[in-house]
Amino acid sequence: MIQLDREEIATAAPAARWEPRIIAFCCNYCAYAAADLAGSKRMQYPANVRIIHTPCTGKIEVEHILDAFERGIDGVLVAGCLEGGCHFLEGNLRARQHTGRIREILDEIGVGAGRLKMVNLSAAMAPAFVERVEEIVEEVRALGPSPLNPSRQKESAGKP
Amino acid sequence: MIVASPKSVTELKNLIAPHSKVLFVGCGTCVTVCLAGGEREVGIASYAVRMARKIEGKPIELTQITIERQCENEFIKDMAEPASKAEAIVSFGCGAGVQALAERFPGKPVYPALNTQFLGILEEQAVWTEKCLGCGDCVLAQFGGICPVTRCAKRLLNGPCGGSTETQCEVGDGRPCAWQLIYNRLKGINQLDRLEAIVPPKDWSPSWHGSPRKIVREEHRV
Repeated sequence: MIQLDREEIATAAPAARWEPRIIAFCCNYCAYAAADLAGSKRMQYPANVRIIHTPCTGKIEVEHILDAFERGIDGVLVAGCLEGGCHFLEGNLRARQHTGRIREILDEIGVGAGRLKMVNLSAAMAPAFVERVEEIVEEVRALGPSPLNPSRQKESAGKP
Repeated sequence: MIVASPKSVTELKNLIAPHSKVLFVGCGTCVTVCLAGGEREVGIASYAVRMARKIEGKPIELTQITIERQCENEFIKDMAEPASKAEAIVSFGCGAGVQALAERFPGKPVYPALNTQFLGILEEQAVWTEKCLGCGDCVLAQFGGICPVTRCAKRLLNGPCGGSTETQCEVGDGRPCAWQLIYNRLKGINQLDRLEAIVPPKDWSPSWHGSPRKIVREEHRV
């Protein structure tokens, strides 16, 4: 389970100089290897992303993603294998169905579906991994802090 | 089994709007199998409601428990302690489960988290279809094991109606004509002669049209 310190998020991202904090759930057989390759090739990508190594995107439970949002993370990227290329045949297809359902829930409760994104990559696609990370960082930056982000909660608590 | 579907997060949130300490109770039997009210669904709903309430500035304390069966007092005992600490209870069981909890905890509001739908079977992963209406007077022997009371849109006991196209019911939605299914089935088991018998009007008094039903089996009573 993800261990994020609420205070750490609050102090690292005060409203004035807020930077999006994003978790990337990366499949062992593709996106994690692509991220590794990007590192080996000295490619730069935003430091806003924390990578969580998963055996397959199909093993990411709905609760894992909701838990991250409840703890105040601003965005989540789920990165799985190309369609047809899942090591476990259809884990990435299940993950796409799960993320679709979670996006509906996020919209319904006011967090916003745009904060969760799923992408498909292969292990060789380091440049694509970097691009996808840059894209989600910019998209979440445009959305602003999550309404569950502790810094925003403090901000709204201070208002009359 | 009993098949149910979850209420929306918004509806669930509105049901418990006046409360700040609520117990979510899952049921480990039918609604777990139909992916509507088991431990996992209770967990997901808890996350969603907690986040929604936090965003509204009205945080809620939610506890969760999933018991084996909500429709039996023997299992309801397991949740007595967490229930005593909650202002209200949300049942992720079928309608029977909700009412069983309401009877067992007379001082607590009990709200339903699901819409109970029908008695059905799993056709394929995540697809359920209705098969039984619980009419109280089973006629399946006459129709080769296919129930016209449940599966014929007009509930005809002397069908077919003549409105079907090929094998499809005229009501649409891609539903098959129950009477075509009955014909195929009776042909397959060499009992087509059953179709020549006129079935008399059904006695609906054993169904729910009479009044809420009760069964007492004296031989099993203690």
